[in-house]
Amino acid sequence: MSTAEAPLQANIQESRANLDAWVREVVQWHFAPDTGCPFWLNYATELGWDPRKEIQTYDDLSRLGPFQDEWLRGGPVRRWVPKGYQNRPVYTFETGGSTGVPKSRINIEDFRLDYEAFSPTLPDEFFPKGSDWLSLGPTGPRRLRLAVEHLAQFRAGICFMIDLDPRWVIKLLKMGQPKMAEQYKQHVVEQGLTLLRAHDNIRCLFTTPKLLEALCEKVSLKKLGITGVFCGGTEMTPQFHRFAVEELLEGAYFAPTYGNTLMGLAVHKPRREEDNFAVIYYPPLPRAMIEVVDPDNPDRVVDYGETGRVRLTTLTKEFFMPRFLERDEAEREPPCELYPWDGVRNVRPFSRLQANVVEGVY
Amino acid sequence: MIHIPILRHGEPYKSLDVARVAHHQTREQFVEISQANAGLIRRDLRDQKTGREKLAAFSTAELIQICSRAAEYFLNDALPLGDDAQTAEDYVRQISATTGMPHVLARRNMGKIHGVLAEAGSVLNGLTRNIDWEVLDRGFGEFGGQSLSFYPRAESLGVVLPNNSPGVHSLWIPAVPLKIPLVLKPGSAEPWSPYRIIQAFIKAGAPPEAFSFYPTDHPGASEILRNCGRGMIFGDASSTSLWANDPRIEIHGPGYSKIVIGEDCIDDWKDYLDVMVRSIADNGGRSCINASSVWVTAHAEEISEALAERLAAITPRAAEDEAAQLAPFADPNVATRISRLIDQGLTEPGAREVTAAHRSSERLVTDGECSYLLPTVVLCENAEHPMANKEFMFPFVSVVKTTPEQIPAALGPSLVVTAITSDPELINKLVSSPNVDRLNIGAVPTSVISWDQPHEGNLFEHLYARRAFQRAVAV
Repeated sequence: MSTAEAPLQANIQESRANLDAWVREVVQWHFAPDTGCPFWLNYATELGWDPRKEIQTYDDLSRLGPFQDEWLRGGPVRRWVPKGYQNRPVYTFETGGSTGVPKSRINIEDFRLDYEAFSPTLPDEFFPKGSDWLSLGPTGPRRLRLAVEHLAQFRAGICFMIDLDPRWVIKLLKMGQPKMAEQYKQHVVEQGLTLLRAHDNIRCLFTTPKLLEALCEKVSLKKLGITGVFCGGTEMTPQFHRFAVEELLEGAYFAPTYGNTLMGLAVHKPRREEDNFAVIYYPPLPRAMIEVVDPDNPDRVVDYGETGRVRLTTLTKEFFMPRFLERDEAEREPPCELYPWDGVRNVRPFSRLQANVVEGVY
Repeated sequence: MIHIPILRHGEPYKSLDVARVAHHQTREQFVEISQANAGLIRRDLRDQKTGREKLAAFSTAELIQICSRAAEYFLNDALPLGDDAQTAEDYVRQISATTGMPHVLARRNMGKIHGVLAEAGSVLNGLTRNIDWEVLDRGFGEFGGQSLSFYPRAESLGVVLPNNSPGVHSLWIPAVPLKIPLVLKPGSAEPWSPYRIIQAFIKAGAPPEAFSFYPTDHPGASEILRNCGRGMIFGDASSTSLWANDPRIEIHGPGYSKIVIGEDCIDDWKDYLDVMVRSIADNGGRSCINASSVWVTAHAEEISEALAERLAAITPRAAEDEAAQLAPFADPNVATRISRLIDQGLTEPGAREVTAAHRSSERLVTDGECSYLLPTVVLCENAEHPMANKEFMFPFVSVVKTTPEQIPAALGPSLVVTAITSDPELINKLVSSPNVDRLNIGAVPTSVISWDQPHEGNLFEHLYARRAFQRAVAV
């Protein structure tokens, strides 16, 4: 090991120790009769062993088995509310809904905590504190709608909004109505443009890749005063990343993110020339973990650089979701100085499921 | 590995998103093709004016000369291919590698493309019905004692291209002397021809800005058709149906080309066997102008047996073999699916495969990594049978028993009809039929076409509209 690698190794070990400690705390919370949620308390009775005693590390979570997609589809949603939070106001957020009944996830303040933790990764020079935001992305039952607004408020800004129902866009495409879908996109973009032109203090933009393209076809972000773009919501390719940086943004900072209602959001590793616009994300440890596993043997984490299916683990006191197989694939990325834990490179729809999924198109 | 870049108004652009296409024999990756994201295409197409202005700065006569030089460059020269150079022989090998087309057929198609470029003047005259080129340059003038004026309907022509045969590229080439820039989306396995044609044009002096080349996915292809003033799409019904009601887009779907033998000639059917075989098997049976059915009022059994005997002699040969007439399927699953479809169709009473008795193997054969479908003749007892009007990308034909009264209604839409008859009534019925796109009277193979004739619409009329025009005479 070189001397340069030694601190990184130490940081990796430290982050892993923190993760293990946090796993113990979260498992304790979710499986304790006075704080846990009905789902996990019931689950524990069927296990025949006590997770609070036997799960001591992150790796031990595998003993609980994979988290099943269907558990989140349909009610009763209250089975997910921890008793420790039973008197708190509860939100429910939904995933995209492109694959039938949407998955629901309860939320109390995770969306605020996650975005407050994310906020320092946005450079103040480009996302000035006190400047206002436009959120040009999905609304309705999606976590993003409240989370982006909270991010703006947390940074002393005000967030302007438009309406966007991504399920309608998916339906239009499934009905073979791409022209109508295009018109809807233009309708959304025009609403955003009206706000951008009417409110001089908007400097920061949240949007999706396709809406960013559509917006930049109509206006110069620079002329409108946009200096920072936080982009997410759908798949982002290295080519899009490059196209955005080289041709759309005119010097504005680009902050791609990967996230969803179930996990929170993963932050993009700052761009370096040698990464050649690869889109590399690191999860918000210890509150969530992203791994890349062998699709045929999801208990095996693949080697660095190898392709596999994305596996999420959410570890908050509001929501515990161990070993959930996402409908995405990616390459496993080694830890880096800034984020001394595993990341993922070039996340994209899981190729084996592609025939059945109309991807997010908004 | 060979890399083919995007061309953005003539400028090469290497994308981070690439598609890799394997060699059909070895299954090893053979070429890497830069893929354009839809947003990049839309952004480029915001400026279609520059290419149009650059091209319009040339006279038609100058552009015809450029075509003529490009013809020779295309046929003979080493031309840029990404960072490398591609000789004519490289081109033949490469197109064969990714599409399965035998070298001899690739060379024959090269000849077709060369012919259209070399004869661009005649092609243009055919499309414009001999309007003086100076009238085309000015946009107005007198022709045959009448005032004429034309205006372009578009600043560029977007073309979504297929994989089946390079011959189709002859259809969009006249856009260059018609001064309309091209925005091309190549077929996923056949980027070679459009890229080489563009390079030949540029070497011959055409402005690079007039050529955009975007290998891309379906959404990207849609962006091309949506954003260009005029378009063409080649493909099956599933990919073209979205554009069926868009008058800006010319659709080149399945051909369902046919031979009809009139009652007056049917007893001499043996005299036309060569024409039938050529119509079915030329170019490996891969073109929309290949006959996929032969409609007869008598001798159906004898004709189908004779065709089966002749076509069964066509067997798989190496890609380099000068006698090769059959192309393997680059994707073996496609061959399997087509063969299954035919078998399913034959379960319906009233049709039988005639070729089976004339060959020693199954229809679907595998040779190493290559899958071939051997020529297939089906005899249909009537025009209503589901196999009577099918088209597949190999030498496939249905011999259909029909009655004089059923022609032409039973034929349905047909890209080419060769009518072997001298019967004025039958000729008149075919001439009057809106379902017949190209009509050959007499023993002309469906696969022999004259490029100065319109093909599924006239490109000049697709790209230009005529306006009423009057000019005051000085007094």
